Order: sequence, then structure tokens, then C-alpha cells
Amino acid sequence: MLKSPTKLLQLIVTLAACAFLFVPTLQSVLAGVTANYFRGVSSGLTLKWVGQVWELYAGSIFLSIQIALACLAATLIIGVPAAYALARNPGRISRVLEEFISLPLAVPGLALALALLQLYGTNHGFRTHWSFVLVGHVLYTLPFMVRSVMSVLAAIDLKTLEEGAASLGASPQRRFFDIVVPNALPGILAGALTVVTLSIGEFNLTWMLHTPHLKTLPVGLADSYASMRLEVASAYTLVFFVMIVPLLLAMQWASARAQRITQ
Amino acid sequence: MLRPIVVCLGIICMTQRQFLLLCFLPLAIFTLAFLALPLARLILASSESEAGWAIYLKILQTPRYLSTLFQTVLVSIAVTFTALAISTTAGLFLVRNKFPGRGVLLSILTLPLAFPGVVVGFMIILLGGRQGLVNQLLPGHWVFAYSVFGLFLGYLYFSIPRVLLTVMAAAEKIDPALEEAALTLGAPSYRIILDVLLPALAPALIAAGAIAFATAMGAFGTAFTLATNIDVLPMVIYTEFTLSANIAMASALSVVLGLVTWALLLIARSFSGTTVAAGG
Repeated sequence: MLKSPTKLLQLIVTLAACAFLFVPTLQSVLAGVTANYFRGVSSGLTLKWVGQVWELYAGSIFLSIQIALACLAATLIIGVPAAYALARNPGRISRVLEEFISLPLAVPGLALALALLQLYGTNHGFRTHWSFVLVGHVLYTLPFMVRSVMSVLAAIDLKTLEEGAASLGASPQRRFFDIVVPNALPGILAGALTVVTLSIGEFNLTWMLHTPHLKTLPVGLADSYASMRLEVASAYTLVFFVMIVPLLLAMQWASARAQRITQ
Repeated sequence: MLRPIVVCLGIICMTQRQFLLLCFLPLAIFTLAFLALPLARLILASSESEAGWAIYLKILQTPRYLSTLFQTVLVSIAVTFTALAISTTAGLFLVRNKFPGRGVLLSILTLPLAFPGVVVGFMIILLGGRQGLVNQLLPGHWVFAYSVFGLFLGYLYFSIPRVLLTVMAAAEKIDPALEEAALTLGAPSYRIILDVLLPALAPALIAAGAIAFATAMGAFGTAFTLATNIDVLPMVIYTEFTLSANIAMASALSVVLGLVTWALLLIARSFSGTTVAAGG
């Protein structure tokens, strides 16, 4: 395999990139369970820091899960019917609309958050409610759901299936729930996992939208990086990894599966 | 064309057209209330200082903003080209060679996709902070996490996976027969890369580069953790808004930043079908 110097060079670059990305994650996992990181692993392994993280930040972890699930529900209700309508009306207006709702992928979260704050910041009840953070998360994750569902719907002959059902007397609602949704399921699943993964990790919008009583997991992470000792910050990062890595793997699996259908 | 078919089910009677409009309704309401109106408000707010719309001219006349813009663009360009070089090399290697452990390497290289920018910043602190790995291994003071170089490494950290995925998706579509033909004609492997693979990858490389550049320009979380003393655009917007309460300037800079990243990703999409999510 490594007959030529070019191949060898490629292998070295690949391994170096892997080391650059993986070594610090390993360090944070180790530091999170080491009694004293400055003295090294020889100071003993402990779950003390993880326990401390739980005491300090359990609230933000649960808030993040709550927001991620609410975000999932909202993107399902808004995104799935919209993806269906967009897939049934392919045309210029649909393309412009799809482009417009995809803006939050391109425009930095900071700018979107400033926009939301300026329009709704004076509405105190809404500003301090957790649904304000939720709005930011839905804004950011919605395009992923819509695109994921649309790409699966575009690959099947929806029109023929629906006409068949319509000729048997099925109403539009009935066709949506009995034909469209079951056929779109792989796309919905991939979209749902993407939405939850992104929502749990969202920081850029959340940092601007959150209030002191509404700290999500990544906001708590930023907080611990700034004010806690390295072991606690690492233990908290470890907790985050434990939550996000399985989600990421599931998301990659579901996306690959949905993509196979569209090919 | 589908004829409107009216079917009554219980008390709800709807034509296909009405049902499709109903499907659009939640999206239309949400997008209008939380995307279109806030963005319109943001653009208007940028004109609400004494300078009016001339505030955009003021950005170019104020040395601090100008040097910030310059520095942000410079770091982003450096990150873009480094990420392209690393990810193209690794991506081509992983596409063209099957070996045990390949899946593990691929997982490691795409893992940071789900990391928020703050976590990426912390990774760089673990490498180059006061208690960081480099400072422990090497004698002397090797603290670079909070310098421009640390910021560059942070941006590189989240750019490598994004560029890698785009390059690999394109590389898998290249016909292996092209390389085999070059090989039978006696081309050494570096010539195959330069003359066959890179030209075929060019659109994907432009797209991936635009994605990396746009993501680096707008990265807030990483800058928030590392760039306490460095003026990059997202940090300046943040401090203008929160510390100086200079709402108009924060809005104007946001509009400029948003337009730049949006235009870049539009270019990226015209060169390759998809874009990997921004963020960081």
C-alpha cells in the first residue's frame, strides 16, 4: 500500500490530522476523571468532578434536552408538511422559499440573534421565557428537517401514488398521513436526529438569547471554561461528549440510509 | 396536472390546493415572524444612529473596524487554504485506500462536526493553554491558545471535517478508470494527483473553500473562548452590542457579515449540490 513516497506523505498528513482532532478530546476525557490534572493521571482516577458537574449543571443539561425535544416537535410540525408542499409544487417560488428558509445556515447565529433580540427583546414575558431560546433553535434546525424530507420525497413518484389513493377516495389529509409520511420516514428520521444533535450543541444563537435562568448545556460549558478549574470543565465536556457522540453516530447512520434511498 | 379533487371526510372538506396551502401555513407564519421581520428590523436598526445609512461608509473609515475586517479575512483565508490542503490529502487517501482502521480514522475526522464552537475553543486550550499538552511536553513557555495562532488552530479544527466530507463526496464520484489510464501510461502518483484528481475535484474544492471561509468569518463560539484579546468580526459585533450598546454599528456589522457569508455559500452551492452546515 505504501509503495510510493506520495502515499506515505498522504498517510502522514491523515494521521497528523487525526491526532490534532483526537488528542485534545482524549485529554479532556482524561482530565475529567483525573484527581489532579496538573500532577497527571498518577494522582488517581476519580468521578468526583463528574459528580460536581452534575450538582452544578444538571439543570442546564435537562433544559437542553427539553429544548431539543421541543425543537424536534416544532420542526416536525412546521417542516414535514412544508417539505411535502414544496415537493409537490416544484417551481421558482418554491426554490426562492427554500433558499429563504435556508438563510440561517449561511447567516451567522450571532446576526440572527441580534435580529431576534431587537424585534422581541422589549417583550419581557417572551424574552425571559425558554421558548425564546427555542425559537432560535427552530430557526437554525428547520432547514435541515425540510431538506432531509424533501430529498427523500423527490426520489419517489409521489404524484402517481397520490393519484392512486385519490381515485380510491382518499382525502388530501388521509393521503398525507397514509402515503406521504410513511414514505418520507427515512428522511424524517435523519432530519430528526440532525435537529436534536444540532439543538443540544447550539451555542452561537443561544448565548445571545439566554437569560441567567435559562442556561443550556453549551452555555454552561462556556461558563465552566471561564470560571471553573480545568478538571471540572473537562468533566463537563466529557458529559457533553457522552450525550453528543451517540447522537452524531446515529445521525450519520440515518443520513447515509436516507441517501441510499434517494440514489 | 392534478385536478382539484374534493373529498369530504367528516366535516372537513378540502381540495388538494387548499390542503397544500395549509401545509405551508406553519412555515409561512414562523418564517415571517422569526426570520423575515427580525432581519428587516436588523437592517433598519443599522440606520438608526446619527450617521444614518452612511454608517456602512463609517465602517470603512474607522481604523478599528477596518483592521478587524482585515484580520478576520486574513485568518479565514489562512484557515481555508490549510484546511483544503490537509483535508484534500487525507480525503483522497481515505477514498482510494481500503485498509483496517479506515473507519476509525474517518470517524475521528468527522467527530468535531457536532462540537459547538466553545468546545472547539476548549480543545485548543487543552493543547496550547497554560496547562496544555504542548506546555507540559516542551520546556519553556509554550502558551499559544489565546493568540491569533490559537484562533487559527481552533478554526482549522472545525474546518477540517467540513472540507473533508465535501472533498470525499466528490472524490468518490471520480471514475477510477481515469487514474488507471494514467497509471498504465506510466504517470507517477504525484502526477496522477496533480493532473487527474485535482482538476476533477476543482468544483468541490471551490465549494469546500467557500464553506470553510464563510464558517471561519462567522465563527463566534470559538472566538468567544479564545479571542478575548483579538479583534475578529464576530467578537467586535458582540462587544459593540453588549458592552458599548452601539446597536446601530453592531447591526451594520452583522448585516455586512451576513451578506458576505450568504454570498459565499451561494457560490459554494452553485459549484456543488450541497453545503455542510455553518457554525462554530
